[in-house]
Amino acid sequence: MSPPLELDYIGLSPPAAATDDLKGTELRLGLPGSESPERRVAAAAATTLELLPTKGAKRGFSDEVPSPPPAAAAGKGKKVAEEEEDKKVTATPQPAAKAQVVGWPPIRSYRKNTMATNQLKSSKEDADAKQGQGFLYVKVSMDGAPYLRKVDLKTYKNYKDLSTALEKMFIGFTTGKDALSENRKDGEYVLTFEDKDGDWMLVGDVPWEMFADSCRRLRIMKGSDAIGLAPRAVEKSKNRN
Amino acid sequence: MGRGVGSRSGGGAAQPPWHSLPDEVWEHAFSFLPAAADRGAAAGACRGWLRAERRSRRRLAVANCYATSPRDAVERFPSVRAAEVKGKPHFADFGLVPPAWGAEAAPWVAAAADGWPLLEELSFKRMVVTDECLEMIAASFRNFQVLRLVSCEGFSTAGLAAITEGCRNLRELDLQENYIEDCSSHWLSSFPESFTSLETLNFSCLDGEVNFAVLERLVTRCHNLKTLKLNNAIPLDKVASLLRKAPHIVELGTGKFSADYHPDLFAKLEAAFAGCKSLRRLSGAWDAVPDYLSAFYGVCEGLTSLNLSYATVRGPELIKFISRCKNLQQLWVMDLIEDHGLAVVASTCSKLQELRVFPSDPFGAGQVLLTERGLVDVSASCPMLESVLYFCRRMTNEALITIAKNRPNFTCFRLCILEPRTPDYITQQSLDAGFSAIVESCKGLRRLSVSGLLTDLVFKSIGEHADRLEMLSIAFAGNSDLGLHYILSGCKSLKKLEIRDCPFGNKPLLANAAKLETMRSLWMSSCSLTLGACRQLAQKMPRLTVEIMNDPGRACPLDALPDESPVEKLYVYRTIAGPRSDTPDYVQIV
Repeated sequence: MSPPLELDYIGLSPPAAATDDLKGTELRLGLPGSESPERRVAAAAATTLELLPTKGAKRGFSDEVPSPPPAAAAGKGKKVAEEEEDKKVTATPQPAAKAQVVGWPPIRSYRKNTMATNQLKSSKEDADAKQGQGFLYVKVSMDGAPYLRKVDLKTYKNYKDLSTALEKMFIGFTTGKDALSENRKDGEYVLTFEDKDGDWMLVGDVPWEMFADSCRRLRIMKGSDAIGLAPRAVEKSKNRN
Repeated sequence: MGRGVGSRSGGGAAQPPWHSLPDEVWEHAFSFLPAAADRGAAAGACRGWLRAERRSRRRLAVANCYATSPRDAVERFPSVRAAEVKGKPHFADFGLVPPAWGAEAAPWVAAAADGWPLLEELSFKRMVVTDECLEMIAASFRNFQVLRLVSCEGFSTAGLAAITEGCRNLRELDLQENYIEDCSSHWLSSFPESFTSLETLNFSCLDGEVNFAVLERLVTRCHNLKTLKLNNAIPLDKVASLLRKAPHIVELGTGKFSADYHPDLFAKLEAAFAGCKSLRRLSGAWDAVPDYLSAFYGVCEGLTSLNLSYATVRGPELIKFISRCKNLQQLWVMDLIEDHGLAVVASTCSKLQELRVFPSDPFGAGQVLLTERGLVDVSASCPMLESVLYFCRRMTNEALITIAKNRPNFTCFRLCILEPRTPDYITQQSLDAGFSAIVESCKGLRRLSVSGLLTDLVFKSIGEHADRLEMLSIAFAGNSDLGLHYILSGCKSLKKLEIRDCPFGNKPLLANAAKLETMRSLWMSSCSLTLGACRQLAQKMPRLTVEIMNDPGRACPLDALPDESPVEKLYVYRTIAGPRSDTPDYVQIV
């Protein structure tokens, strides 16, 4: 064994300045060391956006398609990039630094990807909203319509915007009436939502932010089905119009 | 054994009678030595035993694919039936190794095809496996039975189709956490209708759809099927159908376990699970549908292994479920279980041997209530607990000392405090005392990962006390070169050392160069190394390969750089094969 080491105590050695060496691991949608995650993330993005083709549709109404894809993809890309820690390492010890470090915490890339995909698919969870995702897509179903739509709640600031958008979306499905709002006035259709507890609630009771936070899906219900809802609530929705 | 260092041409003294025994006798004797290390020791005793041992070796594990050349390995052990080869360094799992680093399986498959025609089992971990490799495997080994690929990449479903079509005696197809390209190839349909030998099928990491009807027929006709791990494409009601066809299943991975609650589906699942009397191991990406958990209640008592580490289930339902699993030996779970959930585990799972707790929100603010308490409780109440992987946000020395006292039988202790350099949150001191207690108490510790605020002193303890330690992982720790010196001059059994972001420099590396040859490998990244020291090391130790990783975008020849240039990533390993010839541009061998 070699003789006792003579070490001069210089305290912390100067940090390795070669942050450039990590260029290969920076700022890609995919993780360094693997190709498929890019595809995996892209596939997840495709399923969530779910933009329906407007051509060839029997209904032929003008869509109110919220949020152009590039913005949403960028938001998603940013989220994924954060999760995949593609930012540079600061080798200088900085206990207070919140900058994300490559490969830390030591979670296998496969696990990180799977968690990211799972979170994207269940974007209704609170945690996602808190992470500052740029979009919040929820399904919208309408009784009697052949298929569902999706809207991004983050593109609306209040109930009026939302209801206008929904009217435009589902205008083709009303039976002989021109506008959804007319139906609502007659009590024929009622807008309800499922909250994160799984309960079906009438839209409009709580402040917009609270609603957007807890809404998991929307359902445009036939007024006749809404009879179970408290009459006062139905009355309230009528008054709102 | 004593004095028989076998010179068979033998001198005047009477030779021990066993010298004249034919090789076959020794081969038979060695077959009782299951551990490769024991066989290796026997082989070192004398030439006769060397010959007998190597010719009869059936299982070969190559822990570093570059430690030897494939041809040498095949030549030395001609009778191998089962081979396992590992490639990239462990930190590749966390994205620290850029793409195209190496670790190609192709040379190994080619050498095996030539020299091991009777090969039955092949296992690759962290390697690049191509479709051509898989095709060659299918074509070269007429009795091929087991293919296990862990954390590999480079192949697609087309390669899998070659395997399923060509390997008539396949028993196990085990794909764990690989990146597989989906070519929409009908790999599952390529199993011939006459094929019935499957015992293990794990395709949980596959992204694409599978033909369910084909899967169902396969499951129905393979009566020996014990392990079935599905991917996310299989919905819940189909899981129920499969279980009815394979009630003798021992291990089940459900893939994505989420659906809106429906009483019919619940009843179907409950009935299906009730029929699975042999089910012992359960896993899956359960997606927050607590309503369905009670469908499993019938199997809970029989479970020995439960992997919920991809499940986002939380709350009372999860705990109710786990509290019924009295016979659990292995539990992998998310930190959503929280301290009070672990308290239930502690009081319920008295047979627990391995616990892994993963972070559900590793990059977030951290609102989960999982602290050191959970680990203290489990360590206190589970007498057989010996392996722990624990991600948390805070820790104290007191907790670690308590844990060490309660559980001296740890063989694997991996603690990851999410924020680097986090001190004891009560005393604000370093966690030296806590980890020292662990290594002093747990004499059988083989694997250790440290985290939190640590000074050189903890490495002094580790170096002195961790006599059986084989693998050590360090990040954001230590003050100076002394830390590394303590480890390299101590830790008698050290095989793998991986270090990142520590202020360790050249001196301890050079001073302990000889130690590196007794180890399998050393990884150091974002430390304080310079090129000059690496050059010296390489010169001093010809049987080590000293690899330096540069910025992949910059192909600067190493010779041009001065000695003072900092080295961002260093990977050193012993080898009998000399420097490898398949390095990408950004890797240079000094």
